Amino acid sequence: MIEVQNLTKYYKDFCAVNNISMTIRKGEILGLLGPNGAGKTTTLRMLTGYLRPNSGSIKINDFQMPQDILKIKSLIGYLPESAPLYHNMLVYDYLDYVARIKGIEDKETRYDRFLKLSDLCGLSAIMDKPIGNLSKGLKQRVGLAHAMMTDPEILILDEPTSGLDPNQIAEIRDIIKNIGKEKTIILSTHILSEAEATCDRIAIISQGRMVADDTTLNLKKRVQENSLIRLSLKGAGKEDALTLLKGIDPRLDVTAVDPVEEDLISFEITNSGDQDFRSDIYLKIKGTDWIIVQLAKESQALEKIFRELTREVA
Amino acid sequence: MKQIKTIAIKEFKDYFISPIAYIVISMFLIVTGWFFFSTFFIFDRADLRDFFSLLPIIFSFIIPAITMRLFSEEKNVGSYETLLTMPVSFTDIALGKFFAATLFTVSMLIPTLSYPLFISLIGKVDIGPVIGGYIGAIFLCAAYCSIGIFASSLTRNQIVAFIIGAALCFTLTILDKLLFFMPSQILPIIEFLGANSHFATISKGIIDSRDILYFVSVVFISIFSTYIVMHEKN
Repeated sequence: MIEVQNLTKYYKDFCAVNNISMTIRKGEILGLLGPNGAGKTTTLRMLTGYLRPNSGSIKINDFQMPQDILKIKSLIGYLPESAPLYHNMLVYDYLDYVARIKGIEDKETRYDRFLKLSDLCGLSAIMDKPIGNLSKGLKQRVGLAHAMMTDPEILILDEPTSGLDPNQIAEIRDIIKNIGKEKTIILSTHILSEAEATCDRIAIISQGRMVADDTTLNLKKRVQENSLIRLSLKGAGKEDALTLLKGIDPRLDVTAVDPVEEDLISFEITNSGDQDFRSDIYLKIKGTDWIIVQLAKESQALEKIFRELTREVA
Repeated sequence: MKQIKTIAIKEFKDYFISPIAYIVISMFLIVTGWFFFSTFFIFDRADLRDFFSLLPIIFSFIIPAITMRLFSEEKNVGSYETLLTMPVSFTDIALGKFFAATLFTVSMLIPTLSYPLFISLIGKVDIGPVIGGYIGAIFLCAAYCSIGIFASSLTRNQIVAFIIGAALCFTLTILDKLLFFMPSQILPIIEFLGANSHFATISKGIIDSRDILYFVSVVFISIFSTYIVMHEKN
């Protein structure tokens, strides 16, 4: 259980975090969302005790910052942005150092922990390599192993997937989801689909202020569903199809886009209401001899609310 | 306590992973060896007095070069953040780094033990001043290391850290040679502040509590200042 109240941080005159309050329950995965420079990293740094807030309080379990800072630090596993590590150390030496500093004295216990972590984070092949020679994704994994060394109750991950390739992103997400079953996780990101895919709850920060804090589902319900329908047809003329589609309902906004495959024509249809027009489109096209290759609806709720909320303040 | 040990061991090993250790040690041995032995046979005295009198001035440039990376590099790479978010206190970090640097500079002195051994083969060496000299050198190492660490904690630029550290150490070294320029009322104070006279006394084989107190105070003040800098910067 993490309780944050009226957290404020100034860098000289610039207010990076302005009066943020939130409560994170045990076992929750919270996504901290916001544009670049919104104050995500600053908030996380204050939670981990790296920065001291100008005002406000942080309480984790029954420990209060800053009096119990050492106890709080030992409860938290933290992966800073872009995983800054000691470049001249070998991965094994580094993990050994971290384990010792985090108080795992017993050699056997340490060794067991390394085995588990190298399994979980896929480190077994790089244990004997200097950290400086690793690729970004591999460094990120070493950083993740660092954060999870003592099997901490709370994991704080600052942009864990930034700069990774799609495979690595998928791997890191799997790891996060796996450990998220029993741990409290706070992760920051500016990729919406990532937050949507991994988090139970989303907090949106813009210009240092908290502008939304709700479950992912509730957040989506907040805005009127602004759906986008993707349609691809075979054997149709572009002009004919446009007039036909526009004739379905005046609320529909139809635009022709570059076809996804050759000899197809594609459209993006947006609708300002919350009605689902897919069946109408289907019925209309059924009357012709065109073939529907794709008819799919994409929800844009999260993008929309993100854009609205982060623009409002500006 | 265990944290201090872990950090100290890690930092000490770090010196030997990179080429810094080998470069600094060989530089130190070449410079001291050359200056000491180039006049050794002319004076024809079987003692190490000239060697020890070289140390303060050489240390005031070599030691800041050893300590400059301790904080600056971590701040520059960003690993300072990882370090501070582990369950360690500021004091653990500052002391761990201090012990590592001191241990390294002391280990740099070990090869010079061959000088008294060599001299004892060709003449009769008075062992007292030699032991005193090495004890004084250890105190001097500790004091200059703590100053270097303080300089390193101020900036993320290693060159700046070196210059600040060297300037502070050099000032302490030559302070007792500047007495000529000082008003006579504060002469005793200035003389006490300089490192040279305290080191000279110990290296003559006289262990005076005032000299030990001086070096311990320098270490304490520097480490405490480092602590304050770390505290203020976050």
